[in-house]
Amino acid sequence: MSTTLTQPRQRKREVIEKAVIRFCGDSGDGMQITGSQFTNTVALYGNDLATFPDYPAEIRAPAGTLPGVSGFQVHFSSSDVYTPGDSVDALIAMNPAALKMNLTELKPNGILIVNLDDFGETDLRKAQMTSNPLEDHSLDGYRLFPVELTKLTRAALKELGLDNKTVDRCKNFFALGMCYWLYNRSLDTTLRWIEDKFKTKPALVAANRTAMQAGYSYCEATEAFQISYEIPPAKLAPGLYRNISGNSALAMGFVAASQKAGIPLFLGSYPITPASDILHELSSYKNFGVITFQAEDEIAAVTSAIGAAYAGALGITTTSGPGMSLKTEALGLAVAVELPLVVCDIQRGGPSTGLPTKTEQADLLQALFGRNSEAPIPVLAPSSPGDCFWIALEASRIAIKYMVPVIILSDGYLANGAEPWKIPSVADLPEVPVHFETNPVDFQPYRRNPKTLARPWAIPGTPGLEHRIGGIEKQDVTGNVNYEPLNHERMVRLRAEKVAAIVQEVPDVVPAGDPSGDLLIVAWGSTHGPITGALKAQREKGRRIGHVHLRHLNPLPKNLGEVLGRYDRILVPEMNMGQLVMLLRAKFLVDAHGYNKIQGKPFKQSEIERKIEEILSADGRI
Amino acid sequence: MSTATLLPPLTKKDFQTDQEIRWCPGCGDYAILSAVQSVFPELGIPRENFVVISGIGCSSRFPYYMNTFGFHTIHGRAPAIATGLKIARPDLEVWVATGDGDSLSIGGNHTIHMLRRNVGLKVLLFNNRIYGLTKGQFSPTSEIGKKTKSTPFGTTDRPFNPLALAIGVEATFVARSVDVFQQHLKDTLRRAAAHKGSAYVEILQNCNIFNDRAWETLTEKDARSEHVVQLEHGKPLIFGKNRDKGIRLTGLELEVVQLGNGITEKDLLVHDEQHPRPAYAFMLAHMEQKPGFPTPIGVLRAWENVPRYEDLINAQIREVQEKRGKGDLEKLLHAGDTWEVRA
Repeated sequence: MSTTLTQPRQRKREVIEKAVIRFCGDSGDGMQITGSQFTNTVALYGNDLATFPDYPAEIRAPAGTLPGVSGFQVHFSSSDVYTPGDSVDALIAMNPAALKMNLTELKPNGILIVNLDDFGETDLRKAQMTSNPLEDHSLDGYRLFPVELTKLTRAALKELGLDNKTVDRCKNFFALGMCYWLYNRSLDTTLRWIEDKFKTKPALVAANRTAMQAGYSYCEATEAFQISYEIPPAKLAPGLYRNISGNSALAMGFVAASQKAGIPLFLGSYPITPASDILHELSSYKNFGVITFQAEDEIAAVTSAIGAAYAGALGITTTSGPGMSLKTEALGLAVAVELPLVVCDIQRGGPSTGLPTKTEQADLLQALFGRNSEAPIPVLAPSSPGDCFWIALEASRIAIKYMVPVIILSDGYLANGAEPWKIPSVADLPEVPVHFETNPVDFQPYRRNPKTLARPWAIPGTPGLEHRIGGIEKQDVTGNVNYEPLNHERMVRLRAEKVAAIVQEVPDVVPAGDPSGDLLIVAWGSTHGPITGALKAQREKGRRIGHVHLRHLNPLPKNLGEVLGRYDRILVPEMNMGQLVMLLRAKFLVDAHGYNKIQGKPFKQSEIERKIEEILSADGRI
Repeated sequence: MSTATLLPPLTKKDFQTDQEIRWCPGCGDYAILSAVQSVFPELGIPRENFVVISGIGCSSRFPYYMNTFGFHTIHGRAPAIATGLKIARPDLEVWVATGDGDSLSIGGNHTIHMLRRNVGLKVLLFNNRIYGLTKGQFSPTSEIGKKTKSTPFGTTDRPFNPLALAIGVEATFVARSVDVFQQHLKDTLRRAAAHKGSAYVEILQNCNIFNDRAWETLTEKDARSEHVVQLEHGKPLIFGKNRDKGIRLTGLELEVVQLGNGITEKDLLVHDEQHPRPAYAFMLAHMEQKPGFPTPIGVLRAWENVPRYEDLINAQIREVQEKRGKGDLEKLLHAGDTWEVRA
């Protein structure tokens, strides 16, 4: 299907490398859908991209107010994209509150489209503005396009005979249509989506389609815009791509792990932002035999998964910080009874309820050490939305092979952010071997595999393997209750050695950039994008710097200490008060320095670059 | 199972472990263990299909003494762990051993949600009205005013009535027995075993160290028949040494009556464990709280036609698989819009 709206135009069309666009408006204005649609369209066109959905914790704060502002930023490019963009080329603000909350992100002389119909006195008052920015010259430094979005949408839809409320809810698609004109994109992808989404409501198909086409035609007809932009496709590695968010990738990764392992997937979960989408997505995969159990609380979520793992399923649980705290005791049980379990902590700002919809990396030390007594747990962290798929597979494989609970530390930014993802072939996915013990001859529940130190997975229903496990200290080999001092020390050491042995699964780190030099950046998780961008930019300026991004936080890669020694300085950027840096200093006795941002927002590339330059110039290197 | 019929029948001994039992001498738990070990071999279930799950407390050491699969978990969480197990393996016979602190205090939330879902678990609530393993604090079933280590001036807590709680959350099988009433206890366990959904069995159990004689009025030989009424489906509620007292329903009130003088068995309340109104079982559960009334034991409620949670979950999976076909991973990874980047 194609539209009739793509006839050649006389106006100037400029080819540019990249653009950052941000849609912002009220929580009820549909900004997340608008941003997602723009993302899908540029993705299908072949641009590299990164997104940053930024929405409030309140479902609907009072309309037009500052706390109700929701935004969605897309960075799309013909070259590699590492971040959603430090600043914005085009800002679409649906009301004064959105303008006020987002204007600082807009570049000087950037494109600013605002809904002129929403700048009345009441609207300004709700946004706590004392004068009208459209009239007081405060926007003189931008290319301002005040558009009567509400009136124009109503005019376009008046034939359809819909009520005003429904009509006004289509104005985001009018704005989207304008953006498609501005960046020379076809409406086809979104038209297909509209038809699918509202297939049972033909009136809404017509309304949204008409609004979007009207927005496009408006630009075409009014000559408000004298220029449009063309961003050619990026040169990604050959292959078949789709767009993917971190939470979606985790969900699919677990389905893949379950299929590869040949055992059912059991998710025990309790709704919590920003992890709930994993529960939503997995609950739709029942045709894969996936069992989703929405438990009565976070504790039942993890303990039901332990029960399912005991039964021989791939038991997983998904949560965020407050839920992680509640699961703590159960994780200790999983350590003691040595059953496979994967726990996903989609980190958000804390402490306590904190910033439910904002990102942070401050649960690292909790994941590593936040249990009573000696209870080591392997910890993995994905570095991008697409990497979440591979981390889910890797965590499941380790949990089963070593009979151990594993924690995955994702975060709000990875969870909701999206990127193009090269679709792997199922044949290329790693195997996840499972062995259930069946031999009753001389069976001992805590006799270990000499290479992995894993105990056997002996599931109920297996004749001759009846045995008892529990949280009380067990005798080595037999698993019987045992309180002897030397046995306890032996078991504590065995559990630690088993987790340490997982290092045989961890590839040696190979720094990006310079293999040795003035500065090494060590980081983990979602900071990968801005650091990669900064590294590239700074190396182009001749700096000798490297970057190690840790996917395995416990155990750490074997050669990490040696790599740290190859650089004069070590910088550890983290969205916390300095947790990995504390670990590196303690473990390797190196003079590593933290760079910490705790604002609920990811690092900007420019912030990392500035820090690199600050360190190197203090050393007299630049 | 066909293999089970080829093997010699199981005996009580098959369910005993080689582990030294670490309950205090004289503890009521021994009697409960003995009853369970007697009943399990009768059920025609292969030993490897039994799983006993417990939380924390004296009673929760139970799995160590049962030669089945066993999991001694953490405080209060046994129902949640057992729920995960039962959903993943509906074919297993899963029993939960728990106490008044474990089930009704720290694990209260899991208990009520397990019962409302009707997960196919058999729950043995060892109710001794005290915290034993932590050496003598009051529990959520301790009587108000009770002096314990943590309440030297008496508790100010109103206690739970465990059966009323279970009935209140629509539990499908609710029963009560007493540790020393071995025959009655075994009969009750058999009934619980035969029930498909959640079976909640309160066992009045004596802690001879920290709360000795808590149930003395029910268990003393001479007093027993005056203070206990045994519920039997389809039979009138009669008690007393000479079986000369009965319970009559007048309006919405239960009333103790003396048989004779024109009052016959026909005037008495006839027990209906399948009574469709929750109010009926609720009234029985509250009976002993009224002065002069006996304590009811036996099956208060048995609703057999409520589907089991694990069956519903697994049926839904099968339905979706039949409708959509079994999941194809390759298709899942390629779902939605895709685009090709050429070399």
